[in-house]
Amino acid sequence: MGEIKTAGELNKKYLREGMWPTIFCNGCGNGVVLEYTFWALEELGLDMDKVAFASGIGCSSRLPGYINADGLHTTHGRAIAFATGLKAANPDLTVIIFTGDGDCAGIGGNHFIHAARRNIDMTVIMINNFIYGMTGGQLAPTTPIGGIATTAPYGNIEHPFDLCVVAKALGASYVARWTVSHPYQPIKSIKEGIQKKGFSYIEFLAPCPTAYGRRNKLGDIQRLWEWYDKNTILIEDYERIMKYGDEKEKERAKKMIQIGVFQDVEKPEFFTEYQKLVERLQGNTITKTSSVKSKKMVVKK
Amino acid sequence: MKYKRDPKRIREVLGDKIQFILGDMACVYGGLLAGCSFFAGYPITPASEVAEGMARLLPRVGGTYIQMEDEIGSLAAVIGASWGGAKAMTATSGPGFSLMMENYGYAVMTETPCVIVNVQRTGPSTGQPTLGAQGDMMQVRWGTHGDFEAIALAPSTVQECMDLTIEAFNLAEKYRNPVCVMTDGEIGHLRERIVIPDEKELKIINRVPATIDKEKFIPFSNSQIQKNSKVPDFPTFGTGYHTYVTGLTHNIYGFPATDKQKDHQELVLRITTKITDDREKLTMVEKLYIDDAKIAVVTYGATARPAETAVEMARRKGIKVGMLRLKLVWPFPIKEIQNLASQVDKIVVPEMNLGQIVHPIREYSEGQCEVVNVPKVGGEMHLPHEIFKYLEGK
Repeated sequence: MGEIKTAGELNKKYLREGMWPTIFCNGCGNGVVLEYTFWALEELGLDMDKVAFASGIGCSSRLPGYINADGLHTTHGRAIAFATGLKAANPDLTVIIFTGDGDCAGIGGNHFIHAARRNIDMTVIMINNFIYGMTGGQLAPTTPIGGIATTAPYGNIEHPFDLCVVAKALGASYVARWTVSHPYQPIKSIKEGIQKKGFSYIEFLAPCPTAYGRRNKLGDIQRLWEWYDKNTILIEDYERIMKYGDEKEKERAKKMIQIGVFQDVEKPEFFTEYQKLVERLQGNTITKTSSVKSKKMVVKK
Repeated sequence: MKYKRDPKRIREVLGDKIQFILGDMACVYGGLLAGCSFFAGYPITPASEVAEGMARLLPRVGGTYIQMEDEIGSLAAVIGASWGGAKAMTATSGPGFSLMMENYGYAVMTETPCVIVNVQRTGPSTGQPTLGAQGDMMQVRWGTHGDFEAIALAPSTVQECMDLTIEAFNLAEKYRNPVCVMTDGEIGHLRERIVIPDEKELKIINRVPATIDKEKFIPFSNSQIQKNSKVPDFPTFGTGYHTYVTGLTHNIYGFPATDKQKDHQELVLRITTKITDDREKLTMVEKLYIDDAKIAVVTYGATARPAETAVEMARRKGIKVGMLRLKLVWPFPIKEIQNLASQVDKIVVPEMNLGQIVHPIREYSEGQCEVVNVPKVGGEMHLPHEIFKYLEGK
């Protein structure tokens, strides 16, 4: 740690060479998020033998394949549930999940909700490109109203899903959202998320020029980055406008996507609490009476 | 923090050597004895008692119980735990088993040892939740998409619920495949006497861990440690092997090879033949009066109980009837059925469904004898005379 100064050195250390090149299109945001994650891991100085990745299905879920570490590329939407078992079997592992908006908010929404509610120690990095990219650009739960998708050819009329709000409401320990055009805050957030003993959710707005941008007049990567700039607002700015701004400013702010750290709290973590339960049950009093108790148990049943 | 099987502690938690317990509970006992340290489940009748038993006993032996948000998540967590090095299981019934099909296939494809107890009921759909049936005997074999081999056991007694759950773990660990204990609502909710085996009576098999040089390790190929084994050595996550595990078609290094015909063929042939090569070694049958039989009842699970009574009734009348009970239904015991069909005039197959295992029996009897389907549906077991009438020749 501390020796790595360039992205090239970073990649040499963390990339799984056998998997190169990636499947990603030009202008895709996945590589940027991967790079941010590498920097965060490097700054934390974690032993990569003790870091495990899990993912579901979709472009972003291919990321663990490119990391030189244990990786579980699972079924669509289920990565968080798989990771729950992995963490239970070996609590010493740092578990990081890569997922996309379709994977996490769509098919995997329920697993996400319940892992956040249980506050299971894992870091979920969700890459939100507003679309089902791998399958060719179908409507996602996150597609903005009016957005064009192959299955919403006349414009989306559904209200998009804001997972940061959901994670916060469920009491997840750490919740943040950035866009890939923020170079420093994401690395800090990933670090904080990994260090947090509890459920951490970090969302990235990331471009998909191929499946989303092209159909929404944002195919030019620069225009997509500009879109992020115009359509996102820092939580602090949003709150200030809500307090002191005029009606016009408020209306505009309400239509924007909030970015920043939504939640950063200390809260009992599931497996830590479970371990306490195990220790309580294995304490002296239980051991002494266990044979009596188990006899009773048999009769009662 | 990692689980270590403690035989003394397990027996302390289980209690007396001889007990009178539920079939579902016997599956819990079997799991604990086998060294299961992780259970994830979701409530469903008639399997909930397995989860309840695990919730009560698993933390007392130092393992982890978690109630997941659904059956999809339950099996997902079980597979994740297995990659973390745990022996892991879940329990469910028909509708939950249907939901598990997705990750059942994932466990097959990624060669993940795990155990699924299916306390069967009937369908389609919600069907008869509180009543037993043998609704999933084909789903376990064909329910998930693609080419695969199932390993499925069928207990007929509460004692066997325990014994075959232990066996299920052994087979899962040995073959690196999900193994299903296909019990049913009748056996699951039956109370019987069981005898808990002493430690020295137990045979426990553990997966072969990867121990070779990390640079030379090949994660999805024949074993590099055991000679002539198609089962790869297990690189537990966290041990430094940096394995990539995917449900996509992968080459021997674990990397996606989705457009490679040869890689797919090689992979699918290895993960199926690693089981079918051992078909005869795996065969577990119990024979009753087979030697001179001219008629045979082929049965499994709860149905074996009235079938046995029917066979005894026939024998008392001097009819040469025998019984072949399949304790392991999949991989299908082809040779046993071929031999039996060449010996008898008729095979009678009572099942608590409209006819499932009767099909492979008919297939492998190869026209050598008549094969009669004796279905009973609606959540009631066959009465002995309902089977007996097919033995009398009526």
